[in-house]
Amino acid sequence: MSTVLLYALTGTGLFTLGLYALIVHAHLLRKILAINVMGSGVFLVLVALGGRTSGAVPDPVPHAMVITGIVVAVSATALALALLLRVQAATGRAELTEESRE
Amino acid sequence: MSVAGRRWRFLLFRWVLILLLLAMAGGLGYALLSLPDQAIGLSEQVGTNMETSGVQNPVTAVLLNFRGYDTLLEMAVLLVALLGVWSLGAAEVHRKVDPEPVLSLLVGGLAPVMILMAGYLLWVGANAPGGAFQAGSVLAAAGILLLLSSKRYPVRLMGWPLRVVLLLGLGAFTVVGMILLFVSGGFLQYPSGLAGALILFIEAAATLSIGVTLAALFLGGRPQSGPYR
Repeated sequence: MSTVLLYALTGTGLFTLGLYALIVHAHLLRKILAINVMGSGVFLVLVALGGRTSGAVPDPVPHAMVITGIVVAVSATALALALLLRVQAATGRAELTEESRE
Repeated sequence: MSVAGRRWRFLLFRWVLILLLLAMAGGLGYALLSLPDQAIGLSEQVGTNMETSGVQNPVTAVLLNFRGYDTLLEMAVLLVALLGVWSLGAAEVHRKVDPEPVLSLLVGGLAPVMILMAGYLLWVGANAPGGAFQAGSVLAAAGILLLLSSKRYPVRLMGWPLRVVLLLGLGAFTVVGMILLFVSGGFLQYPSGLAGALILFIEAAATLSIGVTLAALFLGGRPQSGPYR
């Protein structure tokens, strides 16, 4: 198995694990962490697949996308955490319950 | 529903979920395995156009030149995320816990080195791994350490000075792009001789904005501005 495939398959594994945690856990902090794990998996797949060039230099386009993607993911996480704090301040719990949807 | 029935439904849901996710992972893995071993992608096109890009690092060339429009919009995303956080409430001026003396001492030594490091990463991005986003992240880390090691954030700087720095990156990017629209006839189409200098100018502004935006996100709310209290 090539290194590219190993990294890419690890990325899909991270994505699947993150999706599982996102569905199973009710606590919003765990959901935010799960989405971050999913994002890391996607970044890993993108970077790995960019390395399938014949030379030593990988494809720079996916690398550039991942660099900006990481910073955007961090800022989106910060927004999600601020929303989480507001939900906790408003309802007293850090979960989306059935009642709070009404 | 009885307790046993509820537990049974819970387990059923769990196992159906695991099976579905395993099926999805299998499908994704199959898709990856069926990809060709060699895929040049866009690296050849980047390689042939490197001469005109004004920098020697292909990643920086893609970020700031070939796909500069994407990077411009990503700067806007950063700013919108910060506006979202600010719209949710104000940040506390004073920290609830006192900073530890060891942390303050450490940050006092680390912060200048990190700022220097950010400057180095920004400069080296023209011909080696590095650039505005990496430098901005290091700058943000320095800012967050400074926020953690001080009892309150500098209220005096939270008015217009903060807002100017936040808008600097997106502003410089847009202004340069608009000027080039009239000079060379295309948005962000650098004239061949000036590309390197313009990219460095945009990157320097973007580094400051990215660093300060990420550090401001850490405050978790709109900082209060006004005279020093």
